[in-house]
Amino acid sequence: MSDTVTITVEFSGGLEMLFDHVTKHELTLSKHAADTDGKAPTVGYLVKYICDQLMKDSRKELFVLDGAVRPGILVLINDSDWELEGEHEYELQNRDNILFVSTLHGG
Amino acid sequence: MPPTTCEVCKDARAAVIRPKNSQKICKRCFLEVFESEIHETIVSNNLFYRGERVAIGASGGKDSTVLASVLKTLNERHDYGLNLVLLSIDEGIKGYRDDSLETVKRNALQYEMPLEIVGYDQLYGWTMDQVVAQVGKKGNCTYCGVFRRQALDRGAAKLGIKHVVTGHNADDVAETVMMNLLRGDLPRLARATSIVTSSAASAIKRSKPLKYAYEKEIVLYAHHKKLDYFSTECIYSPEAFRGSARTLIKDLERIRPSSILDIVKSGEDMAALVPPEVGGSVSCAGEAEEEANSCGSRNTNGDSMDLVEKQLALNEAAAERETEIKVPTATAKPQVTGHPAAVSIHDKKSNGRRKGKIVKQVMGQCERCGYMSSQKVCKACSLLEGLNKSRPHTSIEVGVEDEEASTTLMREVAGIAISAG
Ligand SMILES: [Zn+2]
Ligand SMILES: [Zn+2]
Repeated sequence: MSDTVTITVEFSGGLEMLFDHVTKHELTLSKHAADTDGKAPTVGYLVKYICDQLMKDSRKELFVLDGAVRPGILVLINDSDWELEGEHEYELQNRDNILFVSTLHGG
Repeated sequence: MPPTTCEVCKDARAAVIRPKNSQKICKRCFLEVFESEIHETIVSNNLFYRGERVAIGASGGKDSTVLASVLKTLNERHDYGLNLVLLSIDEGIKGYRDDSLETVKRNALQYEMPLEIVGYDQLYGWTMDQVVAQVGKKGNCTYCGVFRRQALDRGAAKLGIKHVVTGHNADDVAETVMMNLLRGDLPRLARATSIVTSSAASAIKRSKPLKYAYEKEIVLYAHHKKLDYFSTECIYSPEAFRGSARTLIKDLERIRPSSILDIVKSGEDMAALVPPEVGGSVSCAGEAEEEANSCGSRNTNGDSMDLVEKQLALNEAAAERETEIKVPTATAKPQVTGHPAAVSIHDKKSNGRRKGKIVKQVMGQCERCGYMSSQKVCKACSLLEGLNKSRPHTSIEVGVEDEEASTTLMREVAGIAISAG
């Protein structure tokens, strides 16, 4: 059993602008840092991690609002609506793909 | 969580939850139901006729890209017999459109549709960059929005196309309903909810086939269909994100996803109660086009509809209106005297030349440019007037009494520049 989980995080629909225009990010998360007693970190943890660690842009409110993913941003876990997967509670597994796509940008 | 099975095919794994009814369905069923609902919208509203030439207002963004893709699919699947053209507007914001126009160019190849790009400089004599240099970054989205609405109609007219479809979605309509409700603007509420806006004062018909499509589903459709679209925030509109009716809509959606369509339906019901002489869909279509445009502009000036004016417009406009919009030729003289209102963009005989006096005061049309308007001077022209007044005199010499001329004049200057370049 590894102590880490490696996942792919993607931003699109304009969100990538908040991440130096980089769409794809490979992330390796420690199971211990997550305060989850050696269990896999959750999507809820990931959101916080992205906000605190990954995001250099100061406009955090464009990604997270009142502690939750901003309304209008869709979250897909392995291409499925995250509501079908347990939302924040979903436990990340190796090679998972988590996509955040904004619906808020110009159409 | 255990995988959920698609509620439609009962076979594949569900990947999408539909906001309108919470149905859990697989990718394939989603793409299919999304397309078939738009087909239904098109058929039940008689949006098109066989052989019709239709311009798709294309920005390279998600909405218009999905619209183009779906229309192509449906046109082939159901044999609509439509002649589809992509129509893009170049606002003249350095760098801003480069990528999106590249996207539209790729879309043109992908969907095998002809593409026409029309610039603000051709239409107004001002690029957005020049406007911003003049008025600053604040409030310029008003210009962008007003200019853009006319630009599509003018661009279409230039191509001899009488029907423009835009990518306005259910979220856009819901937002506009909320804003007009809060503002108490019944005429506009009525116009904003109707799927087709056409006017006797204009040869151009506007419609929005995605009116009942959730923005969420549009994004998901683009994603699952791997469509090539471009997303950007209008760089001149950093504030477009915050505190808007849009935020309210998205918050409502999170609490209860069906709210968006509920608001659209409520808007339609309320609009049905508005007496036709106040707010009928036959009115200043282009001008009244909903404010929720892709630039994120949130206009606040609601012009009230004058009944008499409109009736006159209906009577006269049909006879007056021509679809052709001319960019004045280089023969036009910049030193103008007299009243420029005599020259309208659709006056073939004028051919860019001035007549000495006002020939006719056409009600329902802008006296400057001939675009349909509930005011004597349309929004674009009054914005242009303000701009042109403050334009440095080196570029153009306009006496005080000639300031009305500046709008058309600027267009001429643009025309000269174009023909010279
Ligand atoms: Zn299915
Ligand atoms: Zn005008």
